[in-house]
Amino acid sequence: MVTLTVARLVSGRVSVGRVGAVVGRNVGALRSGASYWLVLVSGFFEPLLYLLSIGVGVGALVGRIPVGDGRVVSYAVFVAPAMLAVSAMNGALSETTFNFFFKMRYAKTFEAILATPVRPIEIALGELSWAMVRSSVYTALFLVVMVVLRLADPVWALAAFPATMLVGLSFGALGMAVSTLLRGWQDFDLMTAAQFSLFLFSGTFSPVADYPGVLAVVVRVTPLYHSVELVRGLASGVPQWGLLGHAGYLVVMAVAGLWFAARRIERVLCA
Amino acid sequence: MAHPAVAVLERHLTLYKRLWRASLFSSFVLPVLFLASIGLGVGGYVGEVGGVPYVEWIVPGVLASTAFQMAVGECTYAVFGEFRWNRGAHAMFATRVSVWDMIGGWLLYIVFRVEIAVVVFLLVVGAFGVLSSPWVVLTPLVAALLAVAVAAPVTAFSATIDHDSYFALLFRFVMLPSTLFAGVFFPVEQLPPVVRSLAYLSPLWHGVELSRAATSGAAPLWPVWAHAGCLLVFAVGGVWWAGWAFRRRLQD
Amino acid sequence: MSDVQPLVHARGLVKRFGDFVAVDGIDIDVAPGEAFGFLGPNGAGKSSTMRMISCVSMPSAGELRIFGMDPVREGPRIRGRLGVCPQLDNLDPDLTVRENLTTYARYFGLSRAQARARAEELLEFAQLRDRASSRVEPLSGGMKRRLTIARAMVNEPDLVLLDEPTTGLDPQARHLLWERLFRLKQQGVTLVLTTHYMDEAEQLCDRLVVMDGGRIVAEGSPRSLIESYSSPEVVELRFGGQELAGFVAPLDGVGDRVDVLPDRILLYAKDGDAAVSEVHRRELVPSSVLVRRSSLEDVFLHLTGRTLVE
Repeated sequence: MVTLTVARLVSGRVSVGRVGAVVGRNVGALRSGASYWLVLVSGFFEPLLYLLSIGVGVGALVGRIPVGDGRVVSYAVFVAPAMLAVSAMNGALSETTFNFFFKMRYAKTFEAILATPVRPIEIALGELSWAMVRSSVYTALFLVVMVVLRLADPVWALAAFPATMLVGLSFGALGMAVSTLLRGWQDFDLMTAAQFSLFLFSGTFSPVADYPGVLAVVVRVTPLYHSVELVRGLASGVPQWGLLGHAGYLVVMAVAGLWFAARRIERVLCA
Repeated sequence: MAHPAVAVLERHLTLYKRLWRASLFSSFVLPVLFLASIGLGVGGYVGEVGGVPYVEWIVPGVLASTAFQMAVGECTYAVFGEFRWNRGAHAMFATRVSVWDMIGGWLLYIVFRVEIAVVVFLLVVGAFGVLSSPWVVLTPLVAALLAVAVAAPVTAFSATIDHDSYFALLFRFVMLPSTLFAGVFFPVEQLPPVVRSLAYLSPLWHGVELSRAATSGAAPLWPVWAHAGCLLVFAVGGVWWAGWAFRRRLQD
Repeated sequence: MSDVQPLVHARGLVKRFGDFVAVDGIDIDVAPGEAFGFLGPNGAGKSSTMRMISCVSMPSAGELRIFGMDPVREGPRIRGRLGVCPQLDNLDPDLTVRENLTTYARYFGLSRAQARARAEELLEFAQLRDRASSRVEPLSGGMKRRLTIARAMVNEPDLVLLDEPTTGLDPQARHLLWERLFRLKQQGVTLVLTTHYMDEAEQLCDRLVVMDGGRIVAEGSPRSLIESYSSPEVVELRFGGQELAGFVAPLDGVGDRVDVLPDRILLYAKDGDAAVSEVHRRELVPSSVLVRRSSLEDVFLHLTGRTLVE
């Protein structure tokens, strides 16, 4: 149903050129100064530092850990794909939440763009594409680090890359949808809290099967859990049919998020 | 007549009364979540460290890192804004409040904030029965010393910089690595020698060692006076730097 | 001036920023009860002088005494007796109107009860009683400025410093503010203010100095300055789109002096109407004629060859 609506919204009326122009504006902003670059580059290090501290450091105390399928792997191998998924999430969210909100509410960037032939869905697609670029750069670099540290096999690392793009896409769309609902900066505290809670409890640092009953149920409906499972399944080289279920969840979230965001942009800015 | 530093403290408390909701999660909930995810979740696979269960081992670390992170977090945008956005520092400086009163009142406020968070954390953790040593009553004191040792130089930094994007650097290249590699989650002895010496430079490590000594009742790696001395050096150096930075901003 | 100690006393006061000389050796004395003004365009050195008087900027050279004390050594003591209204409002945006007053009062060492009582008086003075519990952020520019001035009065200062008090306000807000400042003057409060509006200087100042390029170029009461540096009346003549320089010779001798501005000619005369008749008698046909009383603007133009607001 939602898919159909999006297909209708998109079909024949979206111009690749106009979406490209929205992306191009973001690329242009890169030239605005060193500070944006700094923030961009430093964002990559966060999950990497967690990998080194918890995965390798605490991992030395843990030793090996059983994964669901009966195998036992070193703790760092267990944590690395989770941090990869987090990297995809952070990259996409930093563009579609903080920056998106600023452009929508304060800089009036979208208002200016909508005064041209560009349409709300094209803004949403453009912003999302840009978030995907940032997220993919993070994950590609992170995969290189994983291969170098022998935490992933190069072939399976390649296989995991498209999965991280899907993670970036779905979190980008979700972030955008949420941003259109935020009332002010104070709501960002809530969002950061939610993001950090996901980070700590999505099967990232210990298997979800260990969690107490209610928490395990709640975690299984949240998006980072499905992202971690999907990416971990591929990166560790043991793909199963079950991964399709996780991928399906993320596709639905991406489409729904995009649809919702485009509608909200239209309602907020074209009213 | 109340000391001007007290008036400054009161002003920050008045502001806190209005804005406390924003820091609820980071001050009170986050430390407990960390403890649950890493201490309990991962701890289940770790077993014992230094003769105690892992979760018990990281309690003092998480406590110190909460004090550390709050001290960093509170002294960045808030201080920068006092000079650049709402010019509250200029307003104060137009009265009989001196630069030292401003810094003193501000650090008192930070200590107050950190103490509330630390005491709440201890109560929560204590309810689960992982605090055994009577020396634990000293942890608030350690937290206060650590908070000043961190807050003073960060306040000075925030008063010195010309653009707030430096904070992203501070968070990601100073605060986060400190939190992750200064003995909170695993002993620094595991680190390669070069990285280990960096950890020794972090006030957080000294805070973690003192706080762990207090909760476990065991002697820390270095003598207590050496750890406390390092924190004191950070505090005094930071206050001196802050005085210089404030004066430079407010007088010309 | 000799029997009463001046509140502000400066001799050869200089402020340098690197190679740039912002204040270039000025002498001033402000007596108790006086309303003293610095008039000049932007960049004349008024704000730099004000910052030195408010003890937040150190003089580069010369002598400065506030209440007979040295601002370098006794900054906090002096500031405790000053009320400062800065050019940029620096109210606490997250606090309420009342809290802004009470918090500030505490900086001066008032007890909590005193601070509360004083805040109520000042809310009345600033006409902000009905907004007392509202946050500062949504207030209009005029309200914020009234609150800033009220806040500067919280310690019952011996000297109030106002830097460009009405810049950026609409005409109605300005008049309301002038009325409030006039009350302070009547209560005997000593005011020192800077402005680049001549009407403001005429309204509020008993005595003023005209500053230009860091120096004092004239000093006196608004009336005496106008008398010394201008004629009682000024005739403004416009000649459509015609080249104005060509009218200087034909107008020679009509008034005391002629000034050519880009869009009009100013004719200084004792009797404006007589001057206009003389213009017509010489068969000159201006597109518009305006006769007005001479103002500080004319004094400034005469002293510096430039207009105040450019």
